[in-house]
Amino acid sequence: MRRRRIHDKIIEILLVIATIAVLLPLIIIIFHVIVEGVSALNYEFFTEELGSPSRAIQGRPTGLVHTILGTIVVDMLALAIAVPIGIGAGMMLSEYPEHMLNPTLRIMNDTLNGMPAILKGLFAFVLIVKPMGTFSGLAGGVALSFVMLPIIARATESALLSIPWTIREAGLALGIPRWRVVISAVMPAAKTGLATGLLLAFARAAGEAAPLLFTSFGNNYLPDRWFGFIFNPVDTLPQRLYSLAISPYSEWHSMGWAAAIVLLVMVILAFAFARFVTRGKVQLK
Amino acid sequence: MDSDNAGGGAPSILNGRKPNILYLWLGDKIFTTVVVMLGASIIMLALGMAWVLFDEGSLSLREYGFINFIKGKTWDPAVQLVFGAWPFIFGTVITSTMALLIAFFPALAVAIFSAEYAPPWLSGIIDNLVQLIAAIPSVVIGIWGIFVLAPWLRDTVYMPIYLWTELNQPGLLPILGNPIGYGMATATIVLALMIVPYTTALAKDAIKSVPKDQREASWALGSTRWEVIRMAVLPYARGGITAGAILSLGRAIGETMAVAMLIGNKNTLPFSIFGAGATMPSVIVNEFREAVESLHLSSLMAIGFVLFIIALIVNLTAAYINRKLSIGGGQIL
Repeated sequence: MRRRRIHDKIIEILLVIATIAVLLPLIIIIFHVIVEGVSALNYEFFTEELGSPSRAIQGRPTGLVHTILGTIVVDMLALAIAVPIGIGAGMMLSEYPEHMLNPTLRIMNDTLNGMPAILKGLFAFVLIVKPMGTFSGLAGGVALSFVMLPIIARATESALLSIPWTIREAGLALGIPRWRVVISAVMPAAKTGLATGLLLAFARAAGEAAPLLFTSFGNNYLPDRWFGFIFNPVDTLPQRLYSLAISPYSEWHSMGWAAAIVLLVMVILAFAFARFVTRGKVQLK
Repeated sequence: MDSDNAGGGAPSILNGRKPNILYLWLGDKIFTTVVVMLGASIIMLALGMAWVLFDEGSLSLREYGFINFIKGKTWDPAVQLVFGAWPFIFGTVITSTMALLIAFFPALAVAIFSAEYAPPWLSGIIDNLVQLIAAIPSVVIGIWGIFVLAPWLRDTVYMPIYLWTELNQPGLLPILGNPIGYGMATATIVLALMIVPYTTALAKDAIKSVPKDQREASWALGSTRWEVIRMAVLPYARGGITAGAILSLGRAIGETMAVAMLIGNKNTLPFSIFGAGATMPSVIVNEFREAVESLHLSSLMAIGFVLFIIALIVNLTAAYINRKLSIGGGQIL
């Protein structure tokens, strides 16, 4: 019996060590990103364009204002495309459980969710960039919306399913048509779940660089106002961070670290906010 | 209209407010149609993606034949214009399976610790931190890998091993490869870190879904805590844990940016342990923007199609195992 107790203790200690070993890199990464990036995170970073490498080497002011604006435009476009479709598909799964397309939809949605983001970039390249003949913010938004869609659909389904059927029955018993029950009774009741789904989808898509490389492409300068952000090549944070990191200029490397801070803050905020909204009710998958 | 009020009692609530046909009947019709169309568009997207990748890759697939394209060991976009996907398939399979092997046991340990040992407050913190790893963008891990991890690994791990081998086992040097820091080993380590959250989250879900009776029966037999976990909880949860591991493998296969930044990008076999290599996503990232030859472009799309098929198989396998092993389980009495 004593040997078994000791064995038990040893296992417990091993589990603690494993947990620390897994969490340690997280802390190291965040530490390095902050230490390396904070020096480049000055006023110019948020107000100037990047320009050519010589600009940074000669010490003239450069920044990533075009990147930050581009990120906002592309992410908002992606949300605008993905939210209606994703919520609609989620509604179909939860509110019309008897619909004959549902098993297929569920499989296809999971398939789409499991596909590497880079394939969604190739898909958006063929769908948007090829016919338009130019890389564009729109194509980037479409590519990111493919990343968001399956997450939103799944989250909507589980958020709506968590609302008891009695609420729907109460509505129907009052003579309210089904669509009105869904929109006015079920959706408001599920709004925290819906918000979590959107935030998680955003957090996931905002960090993706792979689909943007062949769609919004990148741009060292601000595109023409205003439609330039939609119809011309646009810079986005993850894709710019990649270009800066693999560039040979040390000035650009430190800008890359600063971009990493901005990106990390954006993603972690969305993530933390999603957590805060649900307060431990839903598990991220 | 008034004849509706046949009972002669209190006027019906519907008096004067004829229920709008648009609101009642057509509303439902429109709503259902819209919702089904939105749902169907996801189905079309998934099918369309497979079709588009196949269609765009068909030039290359026709040129070489599907099997020969997969088996082709040469990828030379510059001189010979010969395209075979085998180096990248090999690189993807090796890096992602090795990453899963490295990540699996630590991830399972974290799941067990968080689900069975840690008090609720600590378990909440661990879960959030682990999920935070998944939330870190791939490019951020990539830049950290380029400037911090790879140089560190080169100086403290790869160089000593390389020098030791050079002195004692010079025959093994070709397998070991150049310890430049950017290569298969570094990419694998980073991949392992990146899939830990997925393995952990899915394993914890599986552990949490084990019924209480199962544990209590084991406790009642006088088991220690570890024995309860080993003999009652883990066998029951193994379906979910395995499915989670396979889904994590799917993540590793599709992981692009961090790998492209760290693997060193070399298109020719043989790959070595420390030396540079490439994976399917990394070659697409590196060459797609520069590809001008239509056969080159088409070959990259064809690699995308192969990647689609591999990811599809991995995901379907995970779903199948989850259903097969977790419900029947063989352990439920």
